[in-house]
This record gives sequence, C-alpha cells and structure tokens, in this order.
Amino acid sequence: MYILSVCGMGFGTSLMLLMDIQSMAKDHGYTVEGEATDLGSAKGKSCDLIVASSEIAASLTGEEVPVVAIDNLLDKDEIKEKVLPLIERLSKEG
Amino acid sequence: MTLLKEKAVELDVELENAVDAIRLSGELLVETGCATQEYTEAMIEGYERVGPYIVIAPGIAIPHSRPDNGALQSGFSLIRLKQPISFGHEKNDPVKLVCAISGIGDNGHIEMLQKIAMVLGDKDKFNKIMHAKDYDELSKIITI
Repeated sequence: MYILSVCGMGFGTSLMLLMDIQSMAKDHGYTVEGEATDLGSAKGKSCDLIVASSEIAASLTGEEVPVVAIDNLLDKDEIKEKVLPLIERLSKEG
Repeated sequence: MTLLKEKAVELDVELENAVDAIRLSGELLVETGCATQEYTEAMIEGYERVGPYIVIAPGIAIPHSRPDNGALQSGFSLIRLKQPISFGHEKNDPVKLVCAISGIGDNGHIEMLQKIAMVLGDKDKFNKIMHAKDYDELSKIITI
C-alpha cells in the first residue's frame, strides 16, 4: 500500500503526518509505504490513498483514490480513526 | 539549550489579523538569527497563496516556508495572542498561538517539528503555555 501525504509547502508537516500514519499502521500490523509531498506536486502521483490536512484536501478534487482530510494534525486519535479503516479496507482488497 | 530563545517569544500581543501575526512571528525569527527578512515574506506569501493550512490544530498556527527561502538555522518563535485572531480556517479558528518555524536542509528539521508537535499536541502542556507568566516559565514547559 502506498500513501501520499500532502501539505501546503512541502516543509515537513506532510512528512510528520506520514510518519504518524506509518507508526500507527505498524502498531496494527500493517506496513505502509508512502511519500510526503506538497500540493503542487501531488496531482497525478500514483498512490492508493491520499491523506492531507482539511484545508489542503479541499483543493484535491477529482482524485481517483480516497482522500482523507485531517482537521487536527496534532491529534493522533483523529488520524487513527480516519485512516486506519481505509488501510484495513485497502489491505483486504489488495 | 533550548531552541526557543527569549527574544523569540512575545506573550499576550495585540494584533489585528493573520498577516500581522505571521509577520511578527517572522520578525522574531530574524531577530534571533534564524532567518532572513525574505523568509518572513515567503511565509506571508505562502499563507496568501495556499490558504490557512498553517492552522494545524485548534488555536495553533505554525507559519513556515521552505528552507531555501531564507532560513539560516533551525529554530522557532512563539507569539501568544491577547485576542484570538481568525486565519480563515474552517475548523481550527480562532488562533491563539502562533509558532513560526525555520528549518534548514530537507529533513534535518523534521525532528524539531515533531518535538514541537509533541508539545503543542499535549493538551496539558498547551494549557500551561496559554497560562505561563513569562519566558522562564515557558522554557520549563517547552524543553525542545
């Protein structure tokens, strides 16, 4: 499974988000690969799932894969509640 | 030694709007040798172009830009606003704390960013930051 995490600037909030997701997934027995990117570079990248802050997610329209919007990037519970079910589903499909 | 220098902190500041808050947070980075004036302008430009995505959690904004826009060393500044300000974020407004971050290199500052996130994401620590009397008290809460 390949996850794209997206932030506005490509400074590091997307990488922080990706690392949180990978760590959370690992705790639940899933191995997640991924890439952190900024909004400008996100379009057209191949992945199974996109995770972004809610502001950025609103700009990602017309994607073929699910886009998860995170409101509070510091809230690991929100990240888990929103992302884990999709990781579980994608794992079954894949 | 903490990355948060005394001169990078302003408590209970009265500001008008998001751009003023980002500008002041950038000036504090400049004053403490963490970034050039260009970095402040890049943070404002980023906010105006991409929107209020820097409000990463309820009440918390972390203005930042790319390292190549004038970051000189890794560091951050902290402004506690007297009156919360709207940044235009649907869920996380209004902003009470503005924490500008400068980082050099592609991933070298990620560790710092994660530590800041750990502190600000800790509700108990966040509350203590909101009530700290001065820099000394603050530097005991933010031990990055």
